[in-house]
Amino acid sequence: MDELEKMLLLQIADLHKVPDGAYNIRKNGEGDGRRSTENIQINTKTDGKSGIDIIVKPETKNESVHIPVVITKTDYRETVYNDFYIGENADVLIIAGCGIHNCGVQTAEHSGVHTFHVAKNARVRYVEKHYGSGDGNGENVMNPSTVLYLDEGARVEMETTQIKGVDSTVRSTRAKLAAGANLVIKEKIYTHGKQLAKTDFCVDLDGAGAGADVVSRSVAAGQSLQEFVSRINGNSKCHGHTECDAIIMNGARVTAVPELTANCVDAELIHEAAIGKIAGEQLTKLMTLGLSEQQAEEQIIKGFLS
Amino acid sequence: MLELKNIGFFVEEDGGVRHILKDVSLTVNERFVAITGPNGSGKSTLAKIIAGILRPTSGKIFLDGMDITDLSVTERAQAGISFAFQQPVRFKGITVKDLVSLAAGKSISITEACSYLSEVGLCARDYINREVNASLSGGELKRIEIATVLARGTKLTVFDEPEAGIDLWSFSSLISVFEKMYNKTQGSIVIISHQERILNIADKIIVVSGGKVERQGTREEMLPAILGKKVCSALTDKLEG
Repeated sequence: MDELEKMLLLQIADLHKVPDGAYNIRKNGEGDGRRSTENIQINTKTDGKSGIDIIVKPETKNESVHIPVVITKTDYRETVYNDFYIGENADVLIIAGCGIHNCGVQTAEHSGVHTFHVAKNARVRYVEKHYGSGDGNGENVMNPSTVLYLDEGARVEMETTQIKGVDSTVRSTRAKLAAGANLVIKEKIYTHGKQLAKTDFCVDLDGAGAGADVVSRSVAAGQSLQEFVSRINGNSKCHGHTECDAIIMNGARVTAVPELTANCVDAELIHEAAIGKIAGEQLTKLMTLGLSEQQAEEQIIKGFLS
Repeated sequence: MLELKNIGFFVEEDGGVRHILKDVSLTVNERFVAITGPNGSGKSTLAKIIAGILRPTSGKIFLDGMDITDLSVTERAQAGISFAFQQPVRFKGITVKDLVSLAAGKSISITEACSYLSEVGLCARDYINREVNASLSGGELKRIEIATVLARGTKLTVFDEPEAGIDLWSFSSLISVFEKMYNKTQGSIVIISHQERILNIADKIIVVSGGKVERQGTREEMLPAILGKKVCSALTDKLEG
């Protein structure tokens, strides 16, 4: 790997070296290293689609899987299908992410479709980061799709972050939860320039006692455009909460559309959405500590997205 | 030394002009200076004008002889002025440690952050990683606010009604914070307050009323009259009531 690729890996997966545990590194559409472990098997797909199957044995505890994607080409598009099969009672950390460095004038685009089959009482922490850089005029486009099937008592905590350099993203997340399953999604997005970020969550709380908490915090700066759609369907006695909290700056635009549907009298569903600029008194407080207005703004945004 | 010369401040509202401060002149060179007066007298406006949050419409402000009238909030903070808000500001995502570090102007160790928090009676371990947001009570936020100015340790500190919202924490603790702060910074502390116990420790008391300095003098000169007036007004209230 060259320095640029290492920098992308560091941004998206905090990786300084080859990770511990299972991993699969994909670089410009090719495999660039893979390790399966006793409990976690990574196999190339055999159905003709590009991608991998990640199979985690039941009862696997405290193990991790890293599957970063790095693209340094211009005029390049790929769609990758990664399927995760998490065995009963397993407890694993999955770190995915995509870093694009595009210094050409053509588009570089990565569409990752991640499907999770999380078996009974298994727990997954799924961390996904997206980062783009490049000095050309070529666009960095990422369209991640995540599909989650949570069996009884399963729990998934998903942290998805897009901080910089992604010109266009349409992020789709679909989840179906069986009885007692729990899903927590924390999304953080920062857009600037003329970037576009659309996120679309749809969660079906099918089983009794299922719960979902979908929280998005975003900052829209420059002339960027953000659209947040979050749908929760309560199909049984369940608890669902969705929250969109956005800071808007300059000439940016933000739309937040929470949508709740209760199909059962015992469904408890809540939505909150707030969009606004940085409060003047927050800037003033930090300025009384000696920060300039710009430094104050940076600290407020850094805290908000931390 | 802080010097305000002929400070005026007005706002335009409902097509007219409302004078909030009129020709206010005062100096602060003592250890503790209390500014007191009835609600709506212009005390908080005066505090904000010292911190640079509001710009006076007339008059000049000097800090150690330097004209700071046109300095911004940031520049005044850097020149050595700290300001503790009457109603502390909340921040989503910024932790207590972040805020105290920003106040100290450097990344501080957990031990250092803890020392400031314990001075305001907070058990640091419980607070250090908490966000300065709505999950904290008004009293907790107020004490964190005081911790931020302690961490700055500047030559002039202005507290806007520090006693307001201090829940279970006692006045004597607040007063001991002022004393410790002075021992450390040897700088003046201006306290906007109604509280007799705070007036009791002041070296100088300035009474502001109707946007003007009504009277000013040492505690010995001022306190009997202020307290006498309070007793009188309480009695009048009773008689009228």
